[in-house]
Amino acid sequence: MADGTARTAAAAELAVQAREAAQKSQGYWAGVWKRLRRDPVTIACALILIAMFLAIVFAHLIAPHDPYQGSMLRRLRMVGTPNHLLGTDELGRDMLTRLLYGGRLSWFMGITPVVLAFLIGTLFGVLAGYVGGAVNMLIMRVTDVFYAFPSVLLAIAISGALGAGTINAILSLTLVFIPPVIRVAESVTTGVRGLDFVEAARASGAGPLTIIRVHILGNVLGPIFVYATSLISVSMILASGLSFLGLGVTPPEPEWGLMLNTLRTAIYVNPTVAMLPGACIFATSICFNLLSDGLRQAMDVRA
Amino acid sequence: MLFYLIRRFIYAIPIALSVGLVCFMLVHIAPGDPINAIVPADAPLELVEQIRRDYGLDQPLPIQFGIWLAKVSVGDFGSSLATGRTVWSDLSVAIGNTLRLALTAALIGFVLGSILGALAGSFQGTFIDKIAVSLAVAGVSVPHYWLGMVLVVIFSVQLPWLPAMGAGPGGSADWSWDWEHIQHLILPAVTLSVIPMGIVTRTVRGIVAEILNQDFIQTLRGKGLTGRGVFWHVVKNAAPNTIAVMGLQLGYLMGGSILVETVFSWPGTGLLLNNAIFQRDLPVLQATILVLAMFFVALNLLVDLVQTALDPRIKRG
Repeated sequence: MADGTARTAAAAELAVQAREAAQKSQGYWAGVWKRLRRDPVTIACALILIAMFLAIVFAHLIAPHDPYQGSMLRRLRMVGTPNHLLGTDELGRDMLTRLLYGGRLSWFMGITPVVLAFLIGTLFGVLAGYVGGAVNMLIMRVTDVFYAFPSVLLAIAISGALGAGTINAILSLTLVFIPPVIRVAESVTTGVRGLDFVEAARASGAGPLTIIRVHILGNVLGPIFVYATSLISVSMILASGLSFLGLGVTPPEPEWGLMLNTLRTAIYVNPTVAMLPGACIFATSICFNLLSDGLRQAMDVRA
Repeated sequence: MLFYLIRRFIYAIPIALSVGLVCFMLVHIAPGDPINAIVPADAPLELVEQIRRDYGLDQPLPIQFGIWLAKVSVGDFGSSLATGRTVWSDLSVAIGNTLRLALTAALIGFVLGSILGALAGSFQGTFIDKIAVSLAVAGVSVPHYWLGMVLVVIFSVQLPWLPAMGAGPGGSADWSWDWEHIQHLILPAVTLSVIPMGIVTRTVRGIVAEILNQDFIQTLRGKGLTGRGVFWHVVKNAAPNTIAVMGLQLGYLMGGSILVETVFSWPGTGLLLNNAIFQRDLPVLQATILVLAMFFVALNLLVDLVQTALDPRIKRG
C-alpha cells in the first residue's frame, strides 16, 4: 500500500515535471511568436507569401482566362488593357492568368528540392554526427566533393546531362542542396552529442533512437529549418533559371522562368509585360529571404 | 605552417580526383548510350562498333575513367562533336572571357559591398544601416537573369547608351581594353556584381559590428585613439574573413555566370556550356564543367592558405 502510494506520488511528480517541461517548451515558442509579432517586416512578408500561395492554388477560380488559349489578334497588349489587366504575351495569352498558373510550377519547383534536401540532409547529417567515426568520415568526405562545385554549375551540369524536364530539374536542385544541409545538421549534432544532458539520458537507459528523437532532433531541427527557409529563395531563382535556360519546364506549360525566356524577344515592343514574370520571381524570393532572416532572429539561431 | 600547407595540398588531391569522377559520370548518367551522341542514328552497326572500340567505350567504366583522366591531365579534352574543333581551342577563349567578366563583377561587388558593409556595421540601427541592409537583401534575392533584362531595357532600349549583346563591336571575339569593348562589359558585369555585393555587405556588416563591440576597441578609444586609428584596427581584424568570403564568391561567379552570359550573349564558358547542352555535345559539356570545378577547387585552396597566412589567430599545425 505504502509502496503504491509512493509510486503514485512519483508518477504525480513525473506528471508535474512533464507539464513543466511542456510549459517551458511552450515558453520558447511563445517567445518566438512574441518576437515575431513585433517584427512588422517578417509579418508582412509572411502575409504576402500566404496571399500569393492562395492565389496560385486557387488560380483556376481567380484567373479570368484560359492559360493556353491565345490569339494572334491580340499579341503583346499593354498592361491595363480592358479585359487583360496585365496585358497579353507573345502568343496573345492573358498575362494575369499565365502568371497565376505559372506560380504553381515555379513554387513547386522551388520548394520541393528544399523539402527533399531538408529530409535527406537531416537524416545523413544526424547519422554522421551521432555515429561519428568511419560513418562520419564517409558521409562528410562525399559532401566535400559536392562542395567543390559552385552550386549553379552543379545544378546546370546535372540537369544538362539528364536533359530538360521538371522532374530532372527538381532532382538536380535536390542534389545541390543536400550537402549544405548535411553540414549544418552534422555540426549541430556533433555539438549536442557530447553535452551533459545527452550523457545523462544515455546513463538513465535511453536507447539511441530515443536520444536522437528527443534530444538531438529537438536541438537540430530549429537551425536546419531556419537554414532551409533561406534556401527556398535561392532554389526559386535557380529553378526558374533552369527553365529560363530551357532545362526545366517545357512549353506551353506556364512557369515564370520559362515565360521570362519566351518574352525576351518582346523587350523592344512591350518591355513592361516582358518584365512581369521576373518581378514575380523577385517578389517571392525577397519575401522568403526576409522571412528567413526574421525567423532566424526570432528563433535565436546563429547563422 | 609548412606542415599545414603540405597537408592541405595533399587533401586537395582526392577532392580533385573525385570532382573528375563526377564530371566523368555526367556523360554516363545522361540517358541513352553515349555512342549515340557521336555517330548518327542511321550508321551501320559495324561502324558503330568500330567507333565504340576507337573511343574505348567498350571497356569497363573504371578503365574508361583511367584513360579519360590520363588524357585530361595533359590537357587533351578530345574534340567537339558539333564543330569538330578540339575542345580546348574553344574552351580557352571562353575561359578568358568568363574570367574577365567575373573579375570585373567581383571588383564592383567587393568594393561596393565592403563600403556598404563597413558603413552599416559602424552605424548599426541607423538610416544608413537600413539602406545598406535592404540593398544587400535585394542583391541576393534578385534573379540576376531578370536584372540583366531590366538593365537592357533601360540602358539599351529606352536610353541607347550601351550595347545589349556580345563582347565587342560586330560580335568580334578579340578583346582589347578600349571603350568599344568596355562598353560591352558594363551591363553584364554590373548584373553579375549584385550577388557578391549583397553577400559581402552582409558579411562585412556582421564582422565590423562584432569587432566594434569587443573590449579592445573600447580600450583603444579610451586611450584616445582617433577614428582613423580605430578604423585601421577594424580593417586588420576583418580582413581575413572578408577575403575568404570574397574568394569563394569569385568562384561562384565563374561557375554561376551562365545565366547572365546567356542573357547578354557573352562568349564565355556559360554560353559554351549552354550550346553544348542543347547540341548534346558531351565532350564540351564535360570539359567545361571540369575546368570550372577545378578552378573552384584551386581557389578554395588558395583562400584557405591566404586566410591562414593573414590571420595569426588561426593556428593550424
